[in-house]
Amino acid sequence: MSWAGPEDIYLSTSLASYLDKKLLILLRDGRKLMGTLRSFDQFANAVLEGACERVVVGDLYCDIPLGLYVIRGENVVLIGELDMEREELPPHMTRVPTEEILRAQKAERDASDLKGTMRKRMEFLDMD
Amino acid sequence: MLFFSYFKDLVGREVTVELKNDLAIRGTLHSVDQYLNIKLENTRVVDQDKYPHMLSVRNCFIRGSVVRYVQLPPEGVDVELLHDATRREARGG
Repeated sequence: MSWAGPEDIYLSTSLASYLDKKLLILLRDGRKLMGTLRSFDQFANAVLEGACERVVVGDLYCDIPLGLYVIRGENVVLIGELDMEREELPPHMTRVPTEEILRAQKAERDASDLKGTMRKRMEFLDMD
Repeated sequence: MLFFSYFKDLVGREVTVELKNDLAIRGTLHSVDQYLNIKLENTRVVDQDKYPHMLSVRNCFIRGSVVRYVQLPPEGVDVELLHDATRREARGG
């Protein structure tokens, strides 16, 4: 099925129809990678050229360039074809420099960590 | 191979695929393979505001291993047919 001939790649689940297209790959750890699909196999292992990670924190976002990436298939959640005709993100979102997004990301992570520890400590109260 | 055949019959229908990371995507079932990998067309994310990065994705491939549920149209289930197919499969035919 994954090795369908060239005449039916558009009818099968084969990733061949995504080759050389700009894609968004969602990974199991929540990361979002963007890049051009250059190769793949039946496990959804994939080679992304010109890969970058899109970090989104609230209304801020940033694309961090990574280079050539080989992604092991088991980490892939979803591979989406990016429609270049459409807006990539809602208009209220702003692009910020790498340092700023990393700072925002860290702040968000610290906040959720804190919430986690608070909840753990309060667990004996059996709140909902 | 029962579920593979079953999903093949659903090609062209509108389904909602809920993933293990709670992301739910609605779209037209384009194709399915033996791993139950799924390709969807004309996708939209159910909770769009929470996943703004998915806005520009129209077609997507979903790896079978990350799927939690597939919500089907009610008319997509022929119980009698499914029963027969299940018995046939259980007999090893």
